[in-house]
Amino acid sequence: MAGGTLQIKAISGHAGPVAGANTSRDYDVCKLVDTTTCIGCKACEVACVEWNGYPFRPTSFDNTYQTMPNTEWNYWNLIRFDEHENADGTFQWLMRKDQCMHCEDPGCLKACPADGAIVQYSNGIVDFQQEHCIGCQYCVTGCPFDIPKFNQETKKVFKCTLCSDRVNAGLEPACIKSCPTGCLHFGSKDDMLALAQARATQLREHTSHRNAGVYDPEGVGGTHVIYVLHDSSNPEKYGGLPKNPRVPILVQLWKGPLKWLGGLSMMFGVMGVAIHYLRFGPKEAEMKDADIQKEDRNRGN
Amino acid sequence: MGTRAVLHRGPKTDQIERYTPAERIAHWLTAGTYVYAMATGLGFFTPYMYWLVEIVGGGPTARFWHPIIGLGYVFTNVYLHHQWKSDLKLIPEDRVWLDKVKYYITNEDDLLPEQDRFDAGQKLFYWGMLYCAVILLVTGVVMWFPESIGRSWHWVLPLVVIIHSAAALITIGGLIIHVYMGVFMVPGSVKAMTIGYVSRGWAILHAPLWYKKVANGRTVK
Repeated sequence: MAGGTLQIKAISGHAGPVAGANTSRDYDVCKLVDTTTCIGCKACEVACVEWNGYPFRPTSFDNTYQTMPNTEWNYWNLIRFDEHENADGTFQWLMRKDQCMHCEDPGCLKACPADGAIVQYSNGIVDFQQEHCIGCQYCVTGCPFDIPKFNQETKKVFKCTLCSDRVNAGLEPACIKSCPTGCLHFGSKDDMLALAQARATQLREHTSHRNAGVYDPEGVGGTHVIYVLHDSSNPEKYGGLPKNPRVPILVQLWKGPLKWLGGLSMMFGVMGVAIHYLRFGPKEAEMKDADIQKEDRNRGN
Repeated sequence: MGTRAVLHRGPKTDQIERYTPAERIAHWLTAGTYVYAMATGLGFFTPYMYWLVEIVGGGPTARFWHPIIGLGYVFTNVYLHHQWKSDLKLIPEDRVWLDKVKYYITNEDDLLPEQDRFDAGQKLFYWGMLYCAVILLVTGVVMWFPESIGRSWHWVLPLVVIIHSAAALITIGGLIIHVYMGVFMVPGSVKAMTIGYVSRGWAILHAPLWYKKVANGRTVK
C-alpha cells in the first residue's frame, strides 16, 4: 500500500509477463481491534506516545485499570476498561482500545470551517493538519465518538492519525506493531472485515458469546477501525461505544440547507433593498422654513 | 475686507439634537463590535466567505477574537439598552403602524400614524437584535468551550451551533435593512448618528411626536 505510484508496469529484459501488472490493488486501510483477545496491557498506548513523540502525561487514579479518564490531545490511544456484570450474574472485564475510528463519512471533516484543516486520504485515513486548524473545535461538535481533543496552549485540535506517516512508508501503525496478543491487525478493509467476521463466527459457534459480532457502523459509512465485540448487541457497555453513531443530523442541516438558505437570503436581501431604492427612492424631508413655522403653529408650539 | 468665514459652534439654528454623544458612542461601539463578529462569523459559516477571516488576520486570530469581541458587542448592547429602553418600549399604537407598514415601504408616510422618537419598525429591529444578542451570547459561550460539556451532553453542541448560526442570520437580515434605511432610504440619518443633529424637516417627517416634545417652548426661527 505504500508508494502506490511505484507499482511496476514494465521490466527490462524480463521474460514473460510482468508479475502483478494489470492488477488493481486495494489501498484502503483498516485497523481491526479484537476486544476478545485484548489483555489490557497498554503496550499500544505506550507505542502511540512513543512514536508520536509525546511525554507521558500526568493522570489520576480512579480505581480502575484505565490509564486516564479520557483520551487527550497528546494521548490518542486509550484502553477503556469496564467491569461489566451480565444479566445472568456473570462478570466480565471489558477492554476496548479507544481511538479515532477514521469514519468513511467523517463528522469532524463535515463540521470543520477551516480550509484544509482536515483531510481524508483515499486509503480512508482522516488526518488533521494542525497548520490550517483555527481552533474552533467544530470537529468536537461533529464527531459522534468524542475523539478530537483541544490543546489549550497551541489552540489546535489533535487526534489519532492512524500513523499516516508510517502507513505512507509502508509500515503498520505503531499500536499494531506493539500488540503482544495479536488482537490488533492491520490491512485492507476487505481483509480485515473477513478476518473479523471469521473471528465473530468462531466466537458465536465455539464459545458462549452468542451475540459476538463486528462493529463497523453504517451510520458513518463504515469505519477504518473496526472491532470484534463479544456482545455486538450492546456496544455501549464498552466504554460508551455508540450503538448507531452518525454525523449529527443538525450538523448536516447546518452545513447543508442552512448554509445555502443563509447565503441566498443575504443575497436576495441586498438585492431586495437595492430594487426598493430604485423603485421608491429615499424619504427626502424637504421643508421650507415657512412650512416649518406653519407646522409649529399648527401644533401649538 | 471680504466676508469672513465664521467657525460655527454647536447646532445650526434650524437643527435639533437627535442623539447625545453618549448614545452615538454606544451605537458605534455596538456597530463596530457587531461587524467584526459578523464578518468573522460568516467566515466560519461558509467556505465561500472564509476570505473574510483571512483579511482580519487569519483563521486562528479570528477564532481567538470572535468570542471576545462578541462579548464586547453584548456589553455595548447593554449600555445602549440602558440609554434607549424607555424610548424603544413598544406601545399599543405601534400595532397600527405595523399594520400599515406597506405605506412606509411605498413612501406614503402621510398615511401612517405619527411616531414618537423611534417608529415601530426601529423598535422591532432593536428588540430583535437584543433578543438575538442574548441567544448568541448563551449559545456562543457553549461553543467557546465545547469540551467543558460532558460526553452525555454532547448532543447539545449541534443544537447550539445551529441556533447560533440561525440567530446570526436573523441579525444580518435586520442589519441589511438597518444599513439601507440609515444610509440610503432616510437621508440625514447618518448625520444624526455621527454629528448628532437633524433638520427640523427631518424630525417633523420621521418623528413628529418626538419633534413636538423637543421643539416645545423653543423659538423657531
